[in-house]
Amino acid sequence: MDGETVSTIKENPTGDVIINEILTIKHLALSYGAKSVIKDLNFSLQKGSFTVILGENGVGKTTLVRSLLGQLTPKAGSINFFNQERDIKLGYVPQFRNLDEEYPLTIREFVALNLYHGWMPWLNATEKKRVDRAIKQTNLVAIQDRPLGQASGGEKQRAYLAQALIEHPNLLILDESTASLDVGMKYELLALVAQLQEQQQLSVLFVTHDLPLARQFADHFLLMEHDRYQTGTMDQLKVSRVGEAHV
Amino acid sequence: MFSFDFMRHAFMAGTFIGLICGIIGVFVIARSMSFLTHTLSEIGFAGAAFGVFAGWAAINGMLLFTIVSSVIVGQMSVKESRRESAITAVSALFIGLGILFLSLSNQNASSATSILFGSVIGISLAEVWQIIMLSVVVLIVIFLFYRSLKFDSFDAVGARVNGVKSNLISVIFLVLLALSVSVAAQIVGSLLIFILLTLPAASAKYYVHSVAKMMALSVVFALVGTWCGLYLGYLTNWPVSFFIAALEVLIYCGALVHAKRA
Repeated sequence: MDGETVSTIKENPTGDVIINEILTIKHLALSYGAKSVIKDLNFSLQKGSFTVILGENGVGKTTLVRSLLGQLTPKAGSINFFNQERDIKLGYVPQFRNLDEEYPLTIREFVALNLYHGWMPWLNATEKKRVDRAIKQTNLVAIQDRPLGQASGGEKQRAYLAQALIEHPNLLILDESTASLDVGMKYELLALVAQLQEQQQLSVLFVTHDLPLARQFADHFLLMEHDRYQTGTMDQLKVSRVGEAHV
Repeated sequence: MFSFDFMRHAFMAGTFIGLICGIIGVFVIARSMSFLTHTLSEIGFAGAAFGVFAGWAAINGMLLFTIVSSVIVGQMSVKESRRESAITAVSALFIGLGILFLSLSNQNASSATSILFGSVIGISLAEVWQIIMLSVVVLIVIFLFYRSLKFDSFDAVGARVNGVKSNLISVIFLVLLALSVSVAAQIVGSLLIFILLTLPAASAKYYVHSVAKMMALSVVFALVGTWCGLYLGYLTNWPVSFFIAALEVLIYCGALVHAKRA
């Protein structure tokens, strides 16, 4: 798969074109000033798949995510999102959030922050239902009125996930979201994400160092090494000495 | 007490100042901008000195200096790690300019120095109206940008990745803060302005856990401090600023005790 993208564009019996990828990246190059971080990356993400981005620090995982979020302009190549039913919407759960134990807002109010498009300061009935849904999906109903600062690490991550889900994303990106959790909470969070992925045909892109955890849930991988990228299932990856650190 | 014009004016001005400081303060605390608020109050004094030099009303000089300096700070401190040094650099320049204008001014500088300590008892009806107008402008802008400002203030990372125009929101907020500092300086003075812009909101967050409730309680704390401060100042002839400062610190200490018990 290195350096090439397999096309999965098909026609259904009525002749309509069906695109099975939600994201394709072709010959992507990213850099910070003169420093090149990613060179000639080719990658496609299947609709409804759970894909993991693996790689050591400094290979450009977060840089790639930033470019997907539109925060970084590619030096070369292209990033294309496809969705036939509606506009593509990204949900993003970042690695860090600077919220201390005195953070005052309740979990419910924190989740609702992402409904920022309306002009009226208060939420209307439809928006309240969306908050209810996201809270329910992430099993936060019982603790929704508790201040987020007093929540456990796992509860905080579920609140971050709920905030990302409130806009009904079709691609959910989790950037090392399990890094600060203990083993039990990591599995609990990813099991929840996998459940949502299955129920809602959500595509998931999960950035992590933790391969034993990732291989429990992921069906596809992007292994990033310096100047070398591989995509495929776990069995398809060719593991180099560098890659052995992860695989 | 209310048979005197100056006390009626002081209470009217104090009510609007308590209202906007209580509301803006919630965002000041959420955005960790207490230091900038303190600095803006010093810059406000420098602006008042410029006003005296230019032959303007002191508040107009304050508005000019605080708005310009807060926008410069906002642009210079896009990276959070740079914020403190950017604030220090800008405040050093503006305070230096204030001292220069004060020494160049041929006029009596008492109106500039009175800004340092507040002059609520001497507020005219025209100044009350000016304070009310500025307060209304601040409240309208907050109403219009409430959701984005709330998201950006209480979850800056989430706001940025979800497409909130953080730079625009930051500039709007800094201008609102500058307006509030200039308005509130009339009553508590530049030296103590950060009290009304920080302590009521910092206290409220220990009692309630939604932004709307924090704003409401913060306004209550600001008004209690301002009204009681004015009343005690009237009774004792001691400075109003002292009473407001002491009461707000008392409320804050009470909030910390409440948080420890909870």
